[in-house]
Formats: sequence, C-alpha cells, structure tokens
Amino acid sequence: MVLVLALGDLHIPHRAAELPAKFKSMLVPGKIQHIICTGNLCIKEVHDYLKSLCPDMHITRGEYDEDSHYPETKTLTIGQFKLGLCHGHQVIPWGDLDSLAMLQRQLDVDVLVTGHTHQFKAYKHEGGVVINPGSATGAYSSITYDVNPSFVLMDIDALRVVVYVYELIDGEVKVDKIDFKKTATTQPTH
Amino acid sequence: MLVDGGEDEEKWLAEGIAGLQHNAFYMHRSLDSNNLRDALKYSAQMLSELRTSRLSPHKYYELYMRAFDELRKLEMFFKEEVQRGFSVIDLYELVQHAGNILPRLYLLCTVGSVYIKSKEAPAKDVLKDLVEMCRGIQHPVRGLFLRSYLSQVSRDKLPDIGSEYEGDVDSVVESVEFVLQNFTEMNKLWVRMQHQVGKNLHVLSQIEGVDLDMYKETVLPRILEQVVNCKDEIAQYYLMDCTIQVFPDEYHLQTLETLLGAFPQLQPTVDIKTVLSRLMERLSNYAASSTEVLPEFLQVEAFAKLSNAIGKVVEAQVDMPVVGAISLYVSLLTFTLRVHPDRLDYVDQVLGACAKKLIGKAKLEDSKATKQIVALLSAPLEKYNDIVTALKLSNYPRVMDHLDAGTNKIMAVVIIQSIMKNMTCISTADKVEALFELIKGLIKDMDETPVDELDEEDFKEEQNSVARLIHMLHNDDPEEMLKIIGTVRKHFLLGGPRRLPFTVPPLVFSALKLVRRLQGQDGDVTGEEVSVTPKKIFQILHQTIEALSIIPSPELALRLYLQCAEAANDCDLEPVAYEFFTQAFILYEEEVADSKAQVTAIHLIIGTLHRMNIFGVENRDTLTHKATGYSAKLLKKPDQCRAVYACAHLFWVDDQDGIKDGERVLLCLKRALRIANAAQQMANVTRGSSGSVALFVEILNKYLYFFEKGNLQITSAAIQGLVELIMNELQSDNTTSDPSADTFLASTLRYIQFQKQKGGAMGEKYEQIKVAKV
Repeated sequence: MVLVLALGDLHIPHRAAELPAKFKSMLVPGKIQHIICTGNLCIKEVHDYLKSLCPDMHITRGEYDEDSHYPETKTLTIGQFKLGLCHGHQVIPWGDLDSLAMLQRQLDVDVLVTGHTHQFKAYKHEGGVVINPGSATGAYSSITYDVNPSFVLMDIDALRVVVYVYELIDGEVKVDKIDFKKTATTQPTH
Repeated sequence: MLVDGGEDEEKWLAEGIAGLQHNAFYMHRSLDSNNLRDALKYSAQMLSELRTSRLSPHKYYELYMRAFDELRKLEMFFKEEVQRGFSVIDLYELVQHAGNILPRLYLLCTVGSVYIKSKEAPAKDVLKDLVEMCRGIQHPVRGLFLRSYLSQVSRDKLPDIGSEYEGDVDSVVESVEFVLQNFTEMNKLWVRMQHQVGKNLHVLSQIEGVDLDMYKETVLPRILEQVVNCKDEIAQYYLMDCTIQVFPDEYHLQTLETLLGAFPQLQPTVDIKTVLSRLMERLSNYAASSTEVLPEFLQVEAFAKLSNAIGKVVEAQVDMPVVGAISLYVSLLTFTLRVHPDRLDYVDQVLGACAKKLIGKAKLEDSKATKQIVALLSAPLEKYNDIVTALKLSNYPRVMDHLDAGTNKIMAVVIIQSIMKNMTCISTADKVEALFELIKGLIKDMDETPVDELDEEDFKEEQNSVARLIHMLHNDDPEEMLKIIGTVRKHFLLGGPRRLPFTVPPLVFSALKLVRRLQGQDGDVTGEEVSVTPKKIFQILHQTIEALSIIPSPELALRLYLQCAEAANDCDLEPVAYEFFTQAFILYEEEVADSKAQVTAIHLIIGTLHRMNIFGVENRDTLTHKATGYSAKLLKKPDQCRAVYACAHLFWVDDQDGIKDGERVLLCLKRALRIANAAQQMANVTRGSSGSVALFVEILNKYLYFFEKGNLQITSAAIQGLVELIMNELQSDNTTSDPSADTFLASTLRYIQFQKQKGGAMGEKYEQIKVAKV
C-alpha cells in the first residue's frame, strides 16, 4: 500500500495566503510516500513546505511558478501504475476531457493528474483514470466559480487505486472515495 | 600583582581554616569530656581566627561559615549544661572572661540565645544588651559578620505575636526596634556585604506583627530614610531591591507613593531602572494572581503613580542610557497590559512617553535598545492577538520609526505574522492605511541601502509576506472593499520596480474577486445609484497592471491582463475585454522575447481566447488571426506546429451557441501538418535523418478529436491517410527511432480500436476508418 498526495494550484501568495489550517493539520510528515503536484505553488516557501511533508516530490510547472525548472510534463511508476503529471494550461481547451485523454495516450499512463481549472474531477477513461485534484487553497479561478479547497490522496495497492478526495466545504472537511481497478491491459503483439 | 594577591588570600584563608580546625578539635574533646572551661578556652581561640583583617568579605564569609557551624555545637552544649542545672546567668558572666573582644561577643551572642530560650530574663532585655554590646566592633567586615551572627541566632527568638517569647504588648515594637537597630548598625558598617544586611529586612518582613499600618508608619519610612542617607550607590540599589522583594505585594501597593518617592532621592548613579522594573514586575504578577486584587490597583491609582515616577526618574537621570529608559517603559507597559487590559489609552500613553524620550534620537543603533523597542511593540500584539487593536494606538508608529531599517522590517514582518496567525481581518480602508504606516518599511524603500546589499532571499520572503497579507484585507461591502483596494494600490505603486512583481498580483486577484462579487448583483439594482461597478474596477486593474508591464515584467503582466479579459468577458464588457487582450498582445509582441516564454504565453492566449464568448465577429477575427499568426512565428518548428493545431480550437467551441467553423479547423490542422513536414525536412538537412513522427501522431489525435466532434471537414479518409503516412515514416530507415512516439502511436491505434468496439453512433463513425489492426 502506497499513499500518494496529489495537489496543485495553491497560488500562494497571489490568490491565497496559506493552505487551510484544517488541511495543514491533516498533512503531517511521515504518512505520505510520494507527492505529485501539478504546479502553481507558486513560491519556494510552499515548495519547501511540501518537501517537509515528504521528500519524494514530483512537480510540473504552472504558468505562475517562480521556479522555471519544473518540467512541463512528468511520468513516474508507482507499483503497477504509471502516472502522468501536467499542469494543464498547455492542454487546450482547458479542462477538456477528450484533450486530456490525448495527453494520457501521449504519455502512455494509467493515471493522469492535471490541474489548472481549480475544479476537482476524477474520470475513468479508456481503462485509465484522469484526475484533477482542484485547488488546495480554493484559489480564485477564471474558469471555476466558488472554488472549494481540495486535494487528493491516492492509495495504490497492486492493481487497485482508491482515490480519496478531501474537500473543505463551509469549514468542514468532506471526504469522498472513488475506487478504480486497473484492468490488466493485454499488450498487443504484432 | 592581582594574581599573587589572590593566591595570598587563598593561603591566608587556608591558614585561618587550619587554625580554626585545630582549636575546634580541642573544643570538641573538651565538650565530650564536659570540660566547660577548656571548651570556652578553645572556642575563644578558635574564634580568634575571625579577627583577621587580611581576608576579603567573600573569603571571610567562608571562614565565618566554618566558625558558625562550630558555634552551633557549642550552643547545643550550653543548652545541655543549663538543663543539667548550670546557671545561665553564670554562663553569661563566664564567657565575658574571654580575652579578646571579638571572641567574647560571639560567645555572648551564643549564650544569649540560650539565655532567651531559658526565659530567665525577658528576651527583649537580652537582645537589647547584645545589640548594644556589638557596637564594640567597628571594623566593617568583622562587625558585619558579628551582627549577622546576632541576627541569625536571635531570628527565632524575637518576641512576636503568638511567639513563645511574647512579652508585654510592646514586645513587637521592641522586636522591630531590635532588628532595625541591628540593621542601622550594620548599615553603618556597610561595605559590600549584601547578603548579610538583607537578612535583617527579611527577618523584619517575617515578623507577623508588622501589619500594614506599622509598615506604612514606621518600618518603611525608617528603611527609606536609612537607604537615602547612606548615599552609597550599591547599598541603595541593594536595599531598595531587598525592600521590594521581601515585603508583601499589597504593602507595596498601599505605600506606592512613599516607596516611589524615595527613588528620585537616591544617588544619580543607582540602577533605578532595574529596581523599578522589578517592582512593576512584582505588581504585575500580583495583579495576574487574582482578579480580586485588581480594584486595589484602581483605588490607589497605581498606573498614574508608576507612570509619574518613571517620568521623574527618566527626567532626573539625564545620563541614563536610552535602553534603560525604554526598559522602564517595557515594564510599565507589561504592568498596564496585565492590570488594565481594557485601558488602551494607558498603553498609548506609555508608548507616547517612550516616543517622547526618543525624540531627537532618529534611529537607534544600540542593539539592546532596539531589542527593548521590539519588546515594547510586541507586547500589545501578544496581549490582544489582534492587530486592529494595535492600529488604534496613535503612538505605535511613532515608536516604530526609531527602529533601524532592518529591525523595522523585522517588526513589520512580526506584525504581519500576527495578523496571519490570528486570521485577523482588516476591514476598513482607514485601518489598512494605519497598518501600512506600520509596515511601510516593507512597502517602500526607506533609506539609501544599496540594492545589492540586501539579501535577495530575505527580500523575497518579506515581499511574499506582504503579498499574503493582502488576503486579510476584506470587507463585504463593495464600496469599502474598493476603498481598501485603492489604499493598497496607492502604497504599492510607490514600492518601486523590485516590489511590484510581488505586490501587484495579489492586488489584482483581490480586485478580481470583488468584480466577481458584483457580477451577480449587477443589473439587479435598478434606479439605485451604484458607485462601485466592475467597469470602474477594471480601470483600476488596467492602470495597476500597466505599472507592472513597464518595469518591465511582461510575462506576469500578460497573464494578469488575460485574467482580466476573462473576467470582463464574464461581466459582458466586450470593449474592456478587447482592450485587455490588446494589451496582452502588445506585450507579447514587444516584450516577451524568450522563446520558451513565448510558447507558454501563446498557449495562455489561445486558451483564454477559446473561452471568450462576447466578442463580435470582427473583434474575434482580429484576435484569432493575431493568435494564429504568432503561433506560426514561434522559433522552433515543433512549438509552431503545436501552437497552430491548438489554434484549431479557436474555430470550434463546444457550447450551445458556439462557433463551429469546420473549414478553418481543417486549415489549421493542415498548416500544422505542413509545419511538421518542414520540421522533418529540417531534421533531414541538419542531422541526416528525419526527426520523430511524434508531431504527426499529435496531429492525428487532433484529427480524431474533431472527427468525433462532428466536424464534417475531417474525413475518415484523411485520418486513414494520416495513419498510413505515419506508418510509412516509421518503416523508413531514415526516421530517427523514438520509443515515445511509437508508444503514442500504439495507444492512439488502440484508442481507435476501442472506439470501434464501443458500438453506437461513435462506433459506427469509427468503423469508416480502416486501419491495420495493431
């Protein structure tokens, strides 16, 4: 069992002062094995904070990130799952599932995590999963109105991934659970 | 030489101890054999060691303590002798035969203690006799220790109310008289024997009969008289401190005026601030101990008295270092916050007094004084946990002004952190103004510190904390919120080119949030005069971002313009949205030079433009034309290709009244193909092999996308052709192998297969595409 924290679009300090206190108290060092962050942190202090939660961190670049060394896309393998990461402002139309599916094919991943729209989403798509963890600070977005702060925890175990969505609604943390099973893909042979 | 002196002293002390131990040994033997005469002889010889004048008080003390222990044994022996029937009066007579006065007096005090215990004479008579006789020693060190001994042995025998030695009604007065007399005598002998003298005060404070009235009428005035008259700075300091420490809190409170009245009479060099600080500390703790005592403080007007006394001390002691004065105000402020937390005017008064003291001092350079100022300024923040309260203190910024630039900034950061920690909402423009006055060290350049001397990391951190702060400035009333934004903007625009990239974005988003709030209300209000409109806010936004664009910080400005354009779109303000787009384009053309930055910028432009739905045909055409033009002019062919196929989406918007111009979609995709071809040819020329087919696979996916969306210009034949082209390229030996392109193609073909198998309308559509099964 591996716990992966997926989050992004914090937009600190442009659009939010801080991660919600309730989230901060939930996210403690030592529990999470990997962090995947879609980007727009935007500053080093936030980077350092996340790193303090878990040193194994993967970040892609959002359009407001001060660190220009983050890559545009990134892939990694956790257990049996291949994960892809991208902020999403490069994928037009923004937040469009079919366009994200194309990126998923391009990166050849089981789970694609993107951000940019500040809206939590999780789809099963062609046997894979496309996840948007939303904005961890509930930052203002031109795309989504009334953004609730949210992040995602993925519990990856063999061929199964359980996605827990934590959303802060009116000061209360609500948790939702979505279960995905990887259908053992039959790799085509010529 | 000093070192030798020290060594000599050690030697003398060792000699003294050896002599003392030698005689003590024989004294013990005499005691064991009940030989009183020998015991007296050896004890007198032993005590003779105390006649030395060569030891410093510190070393003398060591010797004295050894003698003291021996005398306890002797006292026990005397007690037993008396119990065995030996007359204590005879004993009292007998010890007076000792040859030397000092041993004689020690022995007398020892027997005197037994005498009192035996109750054969009134305690007060014996004590009076002893205290008189001790006058025989005038050498300061010897005299002090002798009196200390007297004070020590008589401590538990003073006639007090309820004590077994209680005599007549006057006995308490007598006891006090005895101690005071001993104290007075010791004071005359005062050298630097602080611990010894203080014992008297301590004993005095423990006499229960000394009630408040007696303390007020007799004890305190006499102590103070002694203290003032002794005119020795160290003695005065020590005695004042002792007095404050040993007597009960409520006594101090009730005699505050008398006590404080003594301070200006002390020697000018006395460390009054420490003593006064300790007094205030004591009183603060007393106040904190129970709410029941608070009325006492009000009744005696403690604050006014302390404040007044401090004022006088600061005025009188012109040479007092500024740090001393400030630390006095810190103590007074601590006192005030404890005793009168509701009296903000008192707090301000303390700050005002401190500011007054600092007039003409410009910036403080003494790090200790700076520390005290920080303590002074931090105290109200910690107490109230609410910066809004501190903002009401008119003298707060006046004091803060005296901090050096560096500390001023640190204090400003502390203020911001306090706001963030307590999630304090600053809700009016006036308060924001006051707050910005406090943190102005962060908002603009305060002095001529050269830029390169500032630590870049520190500067970033400071500015980021300012940026965070903006989210705490909020009012639900749009009018007040707009005022807040105006105030912040006014200050931020003075921040200079290094600060604007940090401060403008949060301001812009704060304003955009206000726009969004108004969006819903707009139109609902008819007839009513609406002073805050999105239009007005957009004007402010325009000017604010402009300041950023001329720094220049074009990439950030471009992003913010696009955000505004989208917000204007949502407010149905076409001309405003168009203007923001124009600004973004101008920046793109003129300022964004880095090719990588251009790629990101063009994607943001396309992505935003795709979402715009208020533009009329003409405006839209102009903007899409520009966007496609820029896309095709990117430096690298693959970037060109990707931007151009992204532009295809500008002609196909998937909402109800969306634009569906299939032909121009196809044109974009064809153009992308041509660029992909050109990219391959170029690779052929430069590297001798054609580049990757990845771009073609990407375009193929776009073909599939629009095919699925029902764009009739995208035919199954075209898709089929494209797939074949890619296959051929892959099979050609000329192509650079690219595993990621291979997998991309494989997953795309798998997708086609997947869609075919899905059945339904989509499955049928896909059936037309004939591709080799993978």
